[in-house]
Amino acid sequence: MRIVVASGKGGTGKTTVATSLALAAAEWEAVRVLDCDVEAPNAALFLHPDLSQRKEVGILLPVVDETLCTHCGRCAEVCEYHAIAVIGKKTLVFPELCHGCGSCTLNCPEKAISERLDVMGVLESGPTPGGIDFARGVMNVGEPMAVPIIRELKKWNDMSLRARSAKQSPPIVEEIALGKNAHRNDHESGRLLRREERPPRNDMIEIRDSPPGASCPVVETLRGADFALLVTEPTPFGLHDLKQVAEIARELGIPAGVVVNRDGIGDNAVEAWCAEAGLPILMRIPMERRFAEAIASGKTLVEAAPEYREKFSALLENIRTRVAV
Amino acid sequence: MKQLVILSGKGGTGKTSVAAAFAHLAAQSGLAGKVVLADADVDAANLELVLQPNLREEQDFKGGKVAVIDPETCAACGDCQAVCRFDAIHPHPQPLSQGERGEYWVDPIACDGCAACVYQCPTQSISMRERIAGKFYFSESRYGPLYHARLFPGQENSGKLVTLVKQRARLQALNEGRELVIVDGPPGIGCPVIAAVSGANLALIVAEPTVAGVHDMRRVLQTVQHFGVRAMVVINKADVYPAGTEEIESFCRENGIETVGRIPFDLTVASAMVAGEAVTAYRPEAAVSVAIRQVWERVLSSLLEDK
Repeated sequence: MRIVVASGKGGTGKTTVATSLALAAAEWEAVRVLDCDVEAPNAALFLHPDLSQRKEVGILLPVVDETLCTHCGRCAEVCEYHAIAVIGKKTLVFPELCHGCGSCTLNCPEKAISERLDVMGVLESGPTPGGIDFARGVMNVGEPMAVPIIRELKKWNDMSLRARSAKQSPPIVEEIALGKNAHRNDHESGRLLRREERPPRNDMIEIRDSPPGASCPVVETLRGADFALLVTEPTPFGLHDLKQVAEIARELGIPAGVVVNRDGIGDNAVEAWCAEAGLPILMRIPMERRFAEAIASGKTLVEAAPEYREKFSALLENIRTRVAV
Repeated sequence: MKQLVILSGKGGTGKTSVAAAFAHLAAQSGLAGKVVLADADVDAANLELVLQPNLREEQDFKGGKVAVIDPETCAACGDCQAVCRFDAIHPHPQPLSQGERGEYWVDPIACDGCAACVYQCPTQSISMRERIAGKFYFSESRYGPLYHARLFPGQENSGKLVTLVKQRARLQALNEGRELVIVDGPPGIGCPVIAAVSGANLALIVAEPTVAGVHDMRRVLQTVQHFGVRAMVVINKADVYPAGTEEIESFCRENGIETVGRIPFDLTVASAMVAGEAVTAYRPEAAVSVAIRQVWERVLSSLLEDK
């Protein structure tokens, strides 16, 4: 099950919710966290993973072999981004405009274009002390495009997951199926699974911490998710931006629910709009200075207020029933 | 003419509340009638919610193209899917009845508009269509002209739209001899931020003394310096975590960046937002308003000193 924590407006508490949900879930189940906010990746500050694996990522930039190039200009003609140009007897590439689509390479009649990786950022992963699989992307300063890094982060994880399940021998497959059923039965009876009864890894819960906003990086984070958990605050800014991100989830056909953070400040407009739009409010976190202080110092909400462990476990179960429908 | 851009790295640190207060304070000062406002956070354009301006002009923003496959001529060879690096082309999800060709379709949300598929299609079944990615607006607010925009949910090219908003704001300032453009920036450090920073005389970073806020402030400071723009830092919600405030101040001291004040945490800011007012107009005597006024005076004098 893949849950994206998104918000529209920045600073509403996405990382607070994502990290606490992950910690509460990890008591009973296998959990991975992907920090997809590659411009401002903060989840590691709260979960303290041992980021031992690293991979540089980026896009493929064209490299023109001037000995083969006839300066016919076909590459410039097919480039929608004006990232390659033929000027006299020279073919120039403008890396900052290139999207790495490969069209120039494919269309060069002389096969004079090869490609090299233009590093835009790094993927890092490793386990947290609480046993959560953690991975994040970190965009290099000065780079404009976050989407390629988010795309690679999602793929990187799928690959490591496949590699892990491929290592399991066939008899265990049966166990996996059993594990799934046992898990479902337990869920129906309302009993949470103990750590040793955890379902196998391919039934794992993935929590993606999204960037703010409502443009392409948010879409890339949401693509392929099973549920969008939208964190907002009850203010005009919070509502305005919540509408934008709720619209994306709707367009992608992803069921969504809302967490109202800093409940009690502002007004009731978020509540009214959610009722009208048919978006369920799944959790409320009141505005309390002690929460703000604890989170500021690097504590998660469930560490600062242990009573929230149960609330986040209940939130997860609620999401699970909504995804199952 | 000077350009001030307000940034933060981390979202929700108070950029827009500060920008709205600056607009109000400028209109009260000798700069009355000499300021142009630009909201460069086109994903989450909130400045208008505070300023409640009167709309004067609205334009479609063409944000690039999207591939469209003609099902009539598609031979279902899959070449388009093979070349697409954006995972945007898929076989048709519905199984078609026998004898019918299984055409491919383009997911417009994933399509980057590169047109690589257009050139690979052996039956010339793919064409590119322009798409409207958002709206551009010009409005009159009580504190001066406001340029703003709305990127439709999920669209790309936010950097281009930011550039358009800023260009128009600058143009009016130059035409009318206005002295200052105040740009309310987006969060993060990516393309819309780079577009917002370009050409600025000063970047005011609204930092938050939290572990996440300090981390992101460093990243946005690096970004601003990468583009050669001078930066100052103001600490918002400074009393929530004094250790973080001290960390920011010592970091700035070590790196030769001026910190221009501490704004206390105050729920008056949320009430002002609900009331649709700048906090300095809503409750001028509140500690938060007094602090923002001091920051404004320092930022303004620093901008004017700068040749």
